[in-house]
Amino acid sequence: MLQTRLAPADSILPLTLTGAVAKVYGKTIAGPIDLQVTGHGTTIVLGPNGSGKTTLLRLMHGLQRVRKGSVTWALPDTQARLRQSYVFQSPIMMRRRVADSIAYPLILRGMPRKQARAKAIEWAQEFGLGAALDRPAPVLSGGEKQKLSLARALISGPDILFLDEPCANLDGRATREIETLLARAQAGGTRIVMSTHDMGQARRLASEVVFMLGGKVHETGPAQDFFNGPKTPQAVAFINGDIVE
Amino acid sequence: MKCWGFCRMNEITQGLYEAARLIFSLDSDLLEIVGLSLRVTLTAVVIASAIGLPLGAWLVINRFRFRRATIAVMNALMGLPPVVVGLLVYMLLSRSGPFGVLDLLFTPTAMIIAQVIIILPLIASISHQTIRDLWAEYHDLLISLGASRRQRIMALLWDGRRALLTAMLAGFGRGIGEVGAIMIVGGNIDHSTRVLTTAISLETGKGNFAFAMGLGFVLIGLAVAVNLLIHTLSRTERASVW
Ligand SMILES: Nc1ncnc2c1ncn2[C@@H]1O[C@H](COP(=O)(O)OP(=O)(O)OP(=O)(O)O)[C@@H](O)[C@H]1O
Ligand SMILES: [Mg+2]
Repeated sequence: MLQTRLAPADSILPLTLTGAVAKVYGKTIAGPIDLQVTGHGTTIVLGPNGSGKTTLLRLMHGLQRVRKGSVTWALPDTQARLRQSYVFQSPIMMRRRVADSIAYPLILRGMPRKQARAKAIEWAQEFGLGAALDRPAPVLSGGEKQKLSLARALISGPDILFLDEPCANLDGRATREIETLLARAQAGGTRIVMSTHDMGQARRLASEVVFMLGGKVHETGPAQDFFNGPKTPQAVAFINGDIVE
Repeated sequence: MKCWGFCRMNEITQGLYEAARLIFSLDSDLLEIVGLSLRVTLTAVVIASAIGLPLGAWLVINRFRFRRATIAVMNALMGLPPVVVGLLVYMLLSRSGPFGVLDLLFTPTAMIIAQVIIILPLIASISHQTIRDLWAEYHDLLISLGASRRQRIMALLWDGRRALLTAMLAGFGRGIGEVGAIMIVGGNIDHSTRVLTTAISLETGKGNFAFAMGLGFVLIGLAVAVNLLIHTLSRTERASVW
């Protein structure tokens, strides 16, 4: 099995959001949010369209400016930056071959090109991309692109991995493959925070749930509690697949 | 003489013949002129690219106060009249000018300097536009992966290499056909600073139209050949999507 974690001893976790607010042109789109991500497991971010799931993930990952409050890691930001990864809802494919795309994060971290490529090939094979190594990444199918994104995100052995609806456009089989890879990463010690619209997937993967509504964390807790005894009527409606007002 | 507007056709056909003769006889004067044309413009393209490509990328990923103004000026400089550049470089390099001691006037080096100034804004502007589009696509990913400023520029330049090559070829095209500046700073001295365009200008002035046409065809052929060569080389990777 592939070694995912480079230095499991010290971690950039916990991640703490204190009154974190995201604004666009002065208008608040999410927050204030208070949340802590600790330990192991998988946090699933749920909520209707436009509830702020993507914004929350981007805030945590530092892609969205924190306009009020704070988002802090256990280690300084410069160290934390290189030990977290993000899988985007629509995959961003560099104009490179598959193997070179997967190797890129390692090269950024100073690994010699040859070594990085060798490791990338190993990972590509593990992720079912063995036949596509020398294909340009932009020509891959949707499912292959997501697998590439995932391999690229995990090859650096991050402490935490953010995923924004990684299976939104995938069929059942591809979704299951991605879930298997995620489970393996989690077993290797990578903390996972992922948004999804797929309730089945949420039930399968979640150890903790963050339910977003109107840009705020509406309800949060262990997955068991959330699915078996949601505390708010909005969460009940959402779990039942009703429209959340 | 009445010739219904076809008087010069004769000279054009003769020009073709002259071009063929020059090429197939491997005329040593011609080879020298072609060699210098290539040397001057290719050197200028290389220097202008070494500055212009990173500059284009740098302007994309950095926000600073006069960024928009800088880009506007750079775009405007694309239309810089070569004659004016020639005059400027002439004054800077002339005996009494600030760089007079370098004794560069009427040398190929002076011609290269002038052409760098002419080509640079073109290469920087085109690469800026290319890289801006690529940056919009890559922004989140490169930030997410923790790429440093330098690494971002390198990634953008490398992944945009095909379009950037086109920028370089545009620079080459502008340089190889340019006469105003190199005439002034080079002086069109035989066996020293004479290039294709200045030779054409000279021969036209002397009334040797056929010979001038011949050189003209050689010039066109040269520009086409360089373009084809670069495109062929760049296609050796056989990737069709970027
Ligand atoms: N750049 C932006 N400019 C203006 N509004 C924005 C911007 N980004 C997000 N928003 C707004 O912020 C709110 C939350 O958006 P966000 O993308 O986080 O929702 P989401 O929960 O991820 O939705 P979805 O399920 O559709 O992906 C939305 O109302 C959205 O319109
Ligand atoms: Mg979203």
